[in-house]
Amino acid sequence: MAENWVEVCAANEIEQEDVIRFDHADRTFAVYRSEDDRYFATDGYCTHERFHLADGFVMGSTIECPKHNGRFDYTTGKAKKAPVCVDLKTYPVKVENGKVYLRAEA
Amino acid sequence: MSRNMVIIGAGQAGARAALELREQGWKGGISLIGREAHPPYERPPLSKDAMVGEAAASPAAIISKASAAELGIELATNTSAMRIDPSGHRVLLQDGRELGYERLLLATGASSRRLLIGGKEPAGLLYLRTYPDALLIRDRLSAGSRIVIVGAGFTGLELAASARQRGCEVVVLEAGPRILMRGVSAEIAADVYALHRAQGVAFELGVGIKAIEPIEPAAMGIGRRHLVKLADGRTIECDAVIAGIGAVPDTSLAESAGLEIENGIRASHTLATSDADIFAAGDCCSFPHPLYGGRRIRLESWRNAEDQGAHAAAAMLGGKEPYAAVPWFWSDQYDRTLQVSGLSDAGATTVARIAEDGVNRLFFGLDEGGRLVSASGIGAANIAKDIKAAELMIQRRLVPDPALLARPGIKLKSLLLPASEEKGA
Repeated sequence: MAENWVEVCAANEIEQEDVIRFDHADRTFAVYRSEDDRYFATDGYCTHERFHLADGFVMGSTIECPKHNGRFDYTTGKAKKAPVCVDLKTYPVKVENGKVYLRAEA
Repeated sequence: MSRNMVIIGAGQAGARAALELREQGWKGGISLIGREAHPPYERPPLSKDAMVGEAAASPAAIISKASAAELGIELATNTSAMRIDPSGHRVLLQDGRELGYERLLLATGASSRRLLIGGKEPAGLLYLRTYPDALLIRDRLSAGSRIVIVGAGFTGLELAASARQRGCEVVVLEAGPRILMRGVSAEIAADVYALHRAQGVAFELGVGIKAIEPIEPAAMGIGRRHLVKLADGRTIECDAVIAGIGAVPDTSLAESAGLEIENGIRASHTLATSDADIFAAGDCCSFPHPLYGGRRIRLESWRNAEDQGAHAAAAMLGGKEPYAAVPWFWSDQYDRTLQVSGLSDAGATTVARIAEDGVNRLFFGLDEGGRLVSASGIGAANIAKDIKAAELMIQRRLVPDPALLARPGIKLKSLLLPASEEKGA
C-alpha cells in the first residue's frame, strides 16, 4: 500500500474516447480513455454543480458536463468553457496487466 | 457616447453577458440591473433541489457581489428599469438614476403566466419563478399535505416529483389531452406520465376548472387551503394550489421604447433588436433559427439563456456571427433524466432506439429529407451522452441511416462522420 494505487477496472471496460464513473472510499472519480488509448482520472463531480462528469460526452481531450455543458481538458483538468471556471483535480493513472489503477492521494 | 454597456435583467442571460463582456476584453463600464433582491443565481434547482434538499440560506450565485466588484461590474439589485430612451442612449432607473449606454442588452426574462378563471385570478395561488417563490412553495410541501398543481408542463411536473419526494399527496390538473404538450414528443410524454403514475401522482387530464376558493377566508394568504371546483362538478380540497401554466416574455420595456415585438422581443440572427444598439437574449427574445429554415422561435431554457447571453455580449462588441446553437434542455424527475435537443415538432418521422434493459429510451425526429432535426431521451443520467452526439449530428445537418439510429448496439458517436472537426475544441 506504499503508493496507494487502487484498481479501477479492466482496461477494455472503458471504450475509446469515453469515460466511466469510479467510486472509492466515499469519493467519486471520472476515469477516461483517450482515442489513442491513454488513460486519465479526475474528480468525478463537475466543479460548477454536483453532477457526475462520467455521464458527459468525451470529444478528443475534452469532457463536457452533462447538465450545463461546461468543458474541461481531462488530461490536465483545465476549465475550458463557461460556466465552469474552477479546474478539475487530476490523479495519476497507470495500466498494468490489462488493468487500470489510479492513485488518490492518501 | 458613454463607454458603458448596460444589461437590463440579471438572470442567467444577463449575468452571462456581463461576464462574457469582460472575458472578451471590454474595458469600459458594465451595469447589470436586476429587480430581484439576490445577485444573479441559478434557476434550475428551484423546482428540484431547493424543494427536497436542505434549505439553503441563499440560492447558488452566478455572480456574487464580491466577484462583481472584482470584475468591475456594477451590479444593482432590487432595481427596475423604467424607461429606455433609444435616441439619447439612456436608461432611466426606478431609483431616479439615468445610465448612458453605448450598447444595451435586454435580458428581461419571462414571468409566470397567471391562472385566470372567468377573467379573474383566484387569490392565494402559488407560482414558481424566483427564489422567494421557491421558499414559499417549499414551506407548503409538508408530508401528508395535499397539493394541487395546475399545468402539466416541466415546472409543474418537476414540482409534482419534488412534492411526492417530500411525502405530499399530489393531484395534477391539465386542460390539454396529455402532459407535456409543448416541447416533447408524445412517446416521451407517455414515459413521463407512467413514471409519475408509478410514483403515486394523480392526474386529471382534459379537465376544466370552474373555481378555486379559499376554505378558510379568515386565514386567507398565499398558499393556504383551497377548494378546487372542476367543470364536471367534482371538487378537490387541498392545502395549496400551485399554478405552472407557462411563462409570458417580459416585453413591456422594449415595447414602450418602440422596439419590434413578435412573440417576445424581435431579434435578428445576431440577436440585435430593431434598434441596432439594443440586443436581446434569453426567455424574452425571439430569433430566427438557421437550422430550421429561419423559423422564428423563442426558447425558455437554462442553456439558451446561457448561450444567448454569451452570444449577445460578442454581438455588442461588434460580432456578426448568427446565433445557431441547437436548442437543448433537460428536466430531472425522480431518478430519471429527460433531455431534448433540436425542435421536436420539426420532425416528419420518428425513429425509436430503446436500450436492451429498457431504461434509456431515445426518439429521433427526421425531416422529409431524412435530416436529423430532434432527439429526445428519457432514462438514466448518462442519456446525456447520446443526446450530445445527436446534438452534433443536428448541428452538422447529417442524414443518418434510420436503421443504425434504431440499433442500441451502435454507438451514436460512430455516426458522426466525417470525423469530428471539433476534436480538442
